[in-house]
Amino acid sequence: MSNFKFSKMNGILVPILSVIMGFVLGAIIMLIFGYNPVQGYQAMLTTAFQSPKSIGEIFVTAGPLIFTALGFSVASAAGFFNIGLSGQALAGWVASIWVGLSMGDSPRLIALTAAILAGVIAGALTAAIPGLLRAYFGTSEVIVTIMMNYILLYTSTHIVNNVIPQKFISTKGTTKLVGANVSLRTEFLTSISNGSRLNLGIIFALIFLILIWFLMKKTTLGYEITAVGLNPFASEYAGMSSKRIIVLSMVISGALAGMGGVVYGLGTFGNFFVQGNSLSIGFDGMAVSLLGGGSSIGILLSALLFSILKLGGQGMPILAGVPTELVDVVIASIIFFVGISYLIKLILTKLETKKDTKASKVEGGKA
Amino acid sequence: MAADTMSTVASIITQTLVYSTPLVFTALGGTFSERGGIVNVGLEGIMVMGAFSSVVFNITYAGVFGVWTPWIALLVGGIVGMIFSLLHAVATINLRADHIISGTVINLMAPALSIFLVKVLYGKGQTDQVPQTFGYWEIPGLSKIPVIGPLLFEKTSAPAFVAILVSIIAWFVIYKTRFGLRLRSVGENPQAADTLGINVYGMKYAGVLISGFLGGIGGAVFAQTIAGRFAVTTISGQGFISMAAMIFGKWNPLGAMGAALFFGFAQNLSIVGDSIPFISSIPKVYLQSAPYALTIIVLVLFLGKATGPKAGGKTYIKSK
Repeated sequence: MSNFKFSKMNGILVPILSVIMGFVLGAIIMLIFGYNPVQGYQAMLTTAFQSPKSIGEIFVTAGPLIFTALGFSVASAAGFFNIGLSGQALAGWVASIWVGLSMGDSPRLIALTAAILAGVIAGALTAAIPGLLRAYFGTSEVIVTIMMNYILLYTSTHIVNNVIPQKFISTKGTTKLVGANVSLRTEFLTSISNGSRLNLGIIFALIFLILIWFLMKKTTLGYEITAVGLNPFASEYAGMSSKRIIVLSMVISGALAGMGGVVYGLGTFGNFFVQGNSLSIGFDGMAVSLLGGGSSIGILLSALLFSILKLGGQGMPILAGVPTELVDVVIASIIFFVGISYLIKLILTKLETKKDTKASKVEGGKA
Repeated sequence: MAADTMSTVASIITQTLVYSTPLVFTALGGTFSERGGIVNVGLEGIMVMGAFSSVVFNITYAGVFGVWTPWIALLVGGIVGMIFSLLHAVATINLRADHIISGTVINLMAPALSIFLVKVLYGKGQTDQVPQTFGYWEIPGLSKIPVIGPLLFEKTSAPAFVAILVSIIAWFVIYKTRFGLRLRSVGENPQAADTLGINVYGMKYAGVLISGFLGGIGGAVFAQTIAGRFAVTTISGQGFISMAAMIFGKWNPLGAMGAALFFGFAQNLSIVGDSIPFISSIPKVYLQSAPYALTIIVLVLFLGKATGPKAGGKTYIKSK
């Protein structure tokens, strides 16, 4: 046991401790406002795991999150903060629904491929803009992506209200549902989950978790992206074009975020409806990626955790009287603790040295 | 006819001032934080807390303070914003958190926490209308000046003039005082500042806390002039526009004020545009997107790589 070193475990310990501390903070808030934290969290778990349907919904929610989280992690490997995931996912959502509705009764393989590609391309294009501006003008991608989120939000409303052919609209601001030929839902997945919205999105997400892992760890492009992220000057010196990498990594990031929107559209909802605010899957995806430490398995686990929190949280007001928003407070605190991981590492190191000195004292005593 | 045009222009000016005021305060806040080297993406969240607390104060104490309620609520919003910004300060200054991550946490936390509290306090997802708003003011004396009087001072927004005054003070503080010089030196070169005996951490704290105070005031102004109540959508993007105004204004308080006035004008146009003949023919999407698109264009054309304070966004680790 004395050989156990916290520092070796940092990669796993920091996120786990962050999650625990987030829950503890949530419990403290519940106590302050006179709620019973045990009841609160029990309500969350009961709601999330009450039936095969609710378990299916956990995977429904996780699908788009995995994609936006992967998008965030690819960009941040190259040293970029892609805060524009919301807008890119929104672009993917609108484009896939629009093309999906236009496909009529075309064969499933063609229709679905076209709708998915439309969403992915829309996401990639909207992310290419901040990438190009950063590469060629040095413009901060943080500001540009934040601004693009709003531009895309208003544009999506405009498209649905004024551009999409009227025959695709059901009521003002809401499109019709896409046909079964472009839906990501399948009879099999619906039936095993007792009528949940479970769809192929989660399967695609799992495939892409592996693909992106492969891209980043096993290919030259992945190596170049990481190298530019670590030191753009050194990689330029080593013969890589940092401009090309900047744009490429943003394009991949946006394509993944766009795919998140596709899964949201063709899988979760089946239509598009006008949004009043930036899509939450954007910011949540960012949070999932940060918590998952950018690794594939980490992203998978934290996406599932977030889905459980989000879905379970909906049951808290009914079963325990606790407002749902508390879940978002817990999520934000988890990310906060991940952000201040320096503190956690510091405490762990202190504990470790304390233990070491204690151990050596004991050994010394024996001798 | 002339009188009509006059009143239309006067109302456009007033509305521009109304929409700009929250942006001016918040952009000034951002300027203080970034001058001290702390990037503050969390201005949006800080505005949310300011808006929330001012509305709660207004609803609770309107009976006690009468017409002065919004003004006191402004200070309450500022103080709550300041306390909330402490989170960002501790995380970025002492705990070496990434400035963008910490700022994003502020933005994620504020709406969740404030709506949670609204539900705890009122049992519903949004508050009632505030009983006391700022309303329109006639500035005595100045309103009698021909032409300018009716345009600027007859039926106008008092907080706007406070905001302009604060901008001038902020400019003076940042460029003409010892505090301002120290704050800027910490944002440019903390090592050198430290060598000269400047308390780097202290100055950074001051910058972030001032940004929290002014950002909170910005949110409080918005809630009590434009929104009139607090809901999750009350603050939607104003913090980010303020950040853009700060960059647009090149981290100079007067520049930030000018940019905020411009963004206020642009926002106002997208809202009242329908009643102005020429503008009502432009699709709303262009007017709504204009401030954001302009920010990107300005950044590309005029700023390029010449970005803010040199040590902005970097954690300063004091070597022992």
